[in-house]
Amino acid sequence: MFFNVKSKNYLYFNYRNLIKPLLLNLNMTEIINLKKVTKYYHMGDNIVKALDGIDIKVSLGDFVAIMGPSGSGKSTGMNLVGSLDLPTKGNIFLDGKDISHLSESDLAQIRGKKIGFIFQSFNLIPNLTAKENIMLPMLFQSIEKEDREARAEKLLKMVELEDRMDHFPNQLSGGQQQRVAIARALANDPEVILADEPTGNLDTKTGEKVMTFLEKFHKEGKTIIMVTHDPQKALDHAKTIYWLKDGKIEKVTKKIKNKWKVVR
Amino acid sequence: MESGEINMIRDYISLAFDNLKHRGLRSWLTMLGIFIGIAAVVALISLGQGLQQAVLGQFDALSADRLIIQNAETGFGPPGSTAVTKLTEHDLEIISRVQGVEIAVPRLIRMGKVEYNKVASFKYIGDLPDDKEEAAMVYSTMNAKPIEGRLLTPDDRGKIVLGNDFLTQEEFGKDIRVSSKLNINGKDFEVVGIIGKLNNIIFNSVIIMPRKDMKSLLNIGDEMDTIAVKVSSTDVLVDTARNIEERLRRDRNEQVGEEDFTVQTPQQALSAVNTILNIVNLIVIGIAAISLVVGGIGIMNTMYTSVLERKREIGIMKAVGAKNSDILTIFLLESGLLGLAGGIIGAIIGLSLSFLVSFVANSYLGTDLLKIIISYPLLISAILFSLIIGAISGLFPARQASQLRPTEALRG
Repeated sequence: MFFNVKSKNYLYFNYRNLIKPLLLNLNMTEIINLKKVTKYYHMGDNIVKALDGIDIKVSLGDFVAIMGPSGSGKSTGMNLVGSLDLPTKGNIFLDGKDISHLSESDLAQIRGKKIGFIFQSFNLIPNLTAKENIMLPMLFQSIEKEDREARAEKLLKMVELEDRMDHFPNQLSGGQQQRVAIARALANDPEVILADEPTGNLDTKTGEKVMTFLEKFHKEGKTIIMVTHDPQKALDHAKTIYWLKDGKIEKVTKKIKNKWKVVR
Repeated sequence: MESGEINMIRDYISLAFDNLKHRGLRSWLTMLGIFIGIAAVVALISLGQGLQQAVLGQFDALSADRLIIQNAETGFGPPGSTAVTKLTEHDLEIISRVQGVEIAVPRLIRMGKVEYNKVASFKYIGDLPDDKEEAAMVYSTMNAKPIEGRLLTPDDRGKIVLGNDFLTQEEFGKDIRVSSKLNINGKDFEVVGIIGKLNNIIFNSVIIMPRKDMKSLLNIGDEMDTIAVKVSSTDVLVDTARNIEERLRRDRNEQVGEEDFTVQTPQQALSAVNTILNIVNLIVIGIAAISLVVGGIGIMNTMYTSVLERKREIGIMKAVGAKNSDILTIFLLESGLLGLAGGIIGAIIGLSLSFLVSFVANSYLGTDLLKIIISYPLLISAILFSLIIGAISGLFPARQASQLRPTEALRG
C-alpha cells in the first residue's frame, strides 16, 4: 500500500518536501542538468545548430530564467529542459537520471510526473472543460477519477476559477485560460514548473497576476524555469538567468543578496 | 490494479466520446458510410430470410415421401401445365409397377375462365381424382382443410371447392360464399366449401373440381399433366425416383441426359430454390461489403484529418505526460466508437427499413407472406463487425498520431 502511486496520498504527500530544506542547505540538489548539449536541425540540405554545446544546471527550488532574443535557441533549450526533445549530442539529467536515451514513452511518463508546463499560447484542449483540462495530466499517471476531480477542484480554487469549472477554454478570457493552464501544470505536483513566455499573450495586468502565481509557487518550494525574451521580466522575478545568444550561453548571472553577479 | 485499469479504459472511452461529441456534424457524416452499409446488410438479410421462408413455404406441399413426374415444359406455370406432350395412361402404368411406388396419382392443372357477378378472370383449376384414396392423398398433400362448407368428394357433380384467396380478395366485387354459383368456361358450378389459408400461393388461388367434370368441361382425353407418386417409405425415395427414371427412359428409348420428362424429388426442388436464394444472398452481402469498406475508408479519412487538425492537441497531451500508447488508445477508441455507433444506428435503420418494406409489400399484395425474421446473431455480428471496421480504419491514423514528436506536434 505504501508504494501504491494511485493512492490518494500520492497527490498530497511528497517525501522530498520533508527533506528539501536539508538538501537545499547542502547545495547538492540539481533537478535538471544539461551537459555539453548540442541540438542540430536539418533544414533541407542545411544543418542548423540551434544549440551548440551548452551547460545548464538548475538547482532544486531555484527560479531560473532562460533569456534570449528569438533565434537564440531558447525554445530549443526549453524543449530539452522540459524533456520534450532529445539532444543531438550531450546528456540531460533529470533528477539525477540520464534521460538522453530514454524512449519517448518513458520520457512522457517522467515528464508528466516531474514537470508542469505553462505555454505562451495556453495550450488548453478545446473540447475539455477547465476542470477536465486540469484532470488530464493525472489521467496519464493513472490516478483514480475521484482523486483527479478533487485535486482539479482544489487547484481551480487556488487560481480563483472555481466558478468557471465547467467552462470550455473558448468561454474564458486569456488571463483565465492561463490560470487554468497554471493549475494544470500543478496537477501532478511536479518538482519543476516550466513556463514558456507565460505572459507573452497577455496584457500587463493579467501578465502580472500570472507572475504573482509563479512567485508564490517558488516561495512554496517549486523550481521555476521561465523562458522569456524580456530582460526586465527575467531581472524582476528570476534568481538565476542564462543569457543565450546564437545557440551558446553568453553569460550566467545570479542574484546574490539582491545584487546581480556574473557567475560564468 | 485490474479494477484501476478498467477504470482507466472507462476514462479513455469518455475522453474519446467527448472528442467525437465535440466534432458533432463531422462525426455523424463519418458514421454515414458505416450505417448505410450496416443498414443495407441488416435490411437485405432480414428481408432475404423472410423471402426465403416465403418461397420455401411454397414447398410445404412436398412431403418427404412424394415424387412428381412431369414432361419437359415449355413455359412458366403450374407443374405440367405447359408441357408439350402430356403424360399418358401408359406412363402411369409403368410408374405404378415400379418397386417402392405405393400409389401414383395422375393430376390435371389447367387455366379456366371464371365469371361471377359479371366479372371474368382466369384461374387455375385442379382436378380431384375419382378414387377416394387418391383424393385423400391430394387433400393431404395440399394440407387442405375447409374453413367454410366442406371438401369435395369424388362423387360430387357440378360442385367446386375454392382456395382461400376467393374469400379474402374481393376480385369479383361481390362476396363468394358457400352455395354461390361460379360460371366456369360457360358452365355453372356450385361452391361447396372454401379451404383455409395455405402457404402455397397457387393452392390459395386454385379451384378444385371433380375429375370427370373437369375432363368434360375442358375436353381432356386420356392425358395427364403430372403424376404424383407416394412412395412406401422415405428411405426408398431416391431409389424409387431413379427406378422410375430408368423405366420411363427405356420405354421411350431415350439416352441419359436427353429425357423429355423429369422426376422431381422434394430435395431437388428445394435445393434448386435454395441455390437461387443463396446467390441472391451472396450478391446482397457483396453489395453490403462494398458499402462497409467505403464506410471504413470514410472513417480512416476522418481520422487522418483529425490527426492533422489535432496535432497541437496531441502535442499538449504528450507534454502533460501522455505516452504513445495513451494517444494510440484514445484515437483507436474514437474510431472504434464511430464504427460502433454507426453499427447500432445502422442496425436500427436496417430493421425499420425491412419492416417498412415487408409492410408495404404485404399490403400491396394483400397477403402476410413476407415476414421479417429478426436474427439476433445477425444484429450482434453486424454491430461487432462495424466496431472492428472502425478500429481497423483508425489503426493507421492512430499510429501516426501516437508517433508524432511532441515538439513537432506542439508547433501545430
